[in-house]
Amino acid sequence: MKSLKARSNILSKTQKQLEILNGELFQGELTPFKDNISKAGQATLKPSTIEILQINLGYMCNQVCKHCHVDAGPDRKEIMSKEYLEKCLEILQENNIPTIDLTGGAPEMNPHFRWFVEEASKIGVKEIIVRSNLTIILANKKFKDLPEFFKKHNVHLISSLPFYEKKRTDAQRGEGVFDKSIQALIMLNEVGYAQEGTNLQLDLVYNPVGAFLPGNQLELEAEYKRKLKTDFNIDFNSLYTITNLPISRFLDYLLASDNYDEYMEKLVESFNPSTLDGLMCRNTISVDWDGYLYDCDFNQMLALRVDAPKSQHINDFDSKELSNREIIVNQHCYGCTAGTGSSCQGSLI
Amino acid sequence: MNKDQSYYNPSDLKKFSQISEFEPKLAEKFFDWYGDVFKAGALSEREKSLIALGVAHAVQCPYCIDAYTEESMKKGASEAMMMEAVHVSAAIRGGASMVHGVQMMNKAKKLSM
Repeated sequence: MKSLKARSNILSKTQKQLEILNGELFQGELTPFKDNISKAGQATLKPSTIEILQINLGYMCNQVCKHCHVDAGPDRKEIMSKEYLEKCLEILQENNIPTIDLTGGAPEMNPHFRWFVEEASKIGVKEIIVRSNLTIILANKKFKDLPEFFKKHNVHLISSLPFYEKKRTDAQRGEGVFDKSIQALIMLNEVGYAQEGTNLQLDLVYNPVGAFLPGNQLELEAEYKRKLKTDFNIDFNSLYTITNLPISRFLDYLLASDNYDEYMEKLVESFNPSTLDGLMCRNTISVDWDGYLYDCDFNQMLALRVDAPKSQHINDFDSKELSNREIIVNQHCYGCTAGTGSSCQGSLI
Repeated sequence: MNKDQSYYNPSDLKKFSQISEFEPKLAEKFFDWYGDVFKAGALSEREKSLIALGVAHAVQCPYCIDAYTEESMKKGASEAMMMEAVHVSAAIRGGASMVHGVQMMNKAKKLSM
């Protein structure tokens, strides 16, 4: 399978996605997100202190997952330059931002990845999160020592495993991904990840394989722990449940499977105002491979840049202006406010 | 009824709560109790969803089959778990007929020489 972009699919155009998200359904039947947050007493969403700089190191990936909101894949060539990575280090120091969250694509495929993690470690970034797809560790000889590298820099790993069984995982992430993910998890356990007496954090991400919302995070975590321990003797720390947002390849799936209307109805019906204060866009700034800034990774994929005219780019990062901005919202935001809420750190309440 | 109509309309599932229109007090009691039934207790939420899925097949309620297939999936049930729940339901239905075979045999034997 190729990316939407490589297939010249109409949905590779962010404008088209926004047109669909703001189409007929939200002109009568369903309440637009902005109206619903207004009713909840938050006419605008404002940020709090920037605690996380989420850096997208590039859209290149060794996998082509059916639900990918990034439209990542081997055919994507967008990679963050060393110049912008250096600028990110400067911003982290100047603004005392405690956490970096490295994502992609497969962030490890950026040629400057290891250098950047080493430098971030040197300047004392408190928490280095890497969103690893696991299979990258087995994709090429040059990645096989990644578990040792992660351990050396005390990297907090967050990895997708959408189900504890092969069939459903492979249906979303590609044939053979489950088996390779299991092998990679065993390698990570072997170097000490999620083992007693180490501080090496290994969290897994559950996201539904289809047009339904995630269930209770704690119940799913208990089941994952039981199944992975029994079947493969694998340990991990926490499970994060993440709702699929109706953009990019997941939007393509929803439309192609005739699930779009019902899925949007589910998201809107499940709108929970008590998730609003904890939304990840409050304390995160997302940076794309080309240095532009966004309220979150999803806004990045819809090309909705921050509403801060002088701080559009990492080269012009002005934390004061950014802290006074208004967070850009659209109908996809319902994905983060449904039920118990959803974020890159899982459920919100 | 014209050819596009059916006794079962999938969109009616969303109107379930509207049964309160004709009798609000009892509906309120029903929905409170219903909500509590499906909360985790001695059984997990997923086990309760799978029981509901099995019962949905036994009572042949298409609304319940749609609702509890999705609920079971949300709660992490695999395809195998859901199909086993349907088999349990079918086995009890089939078994309920078969066990009456004993009654038939008793009667037949009593009537026979």
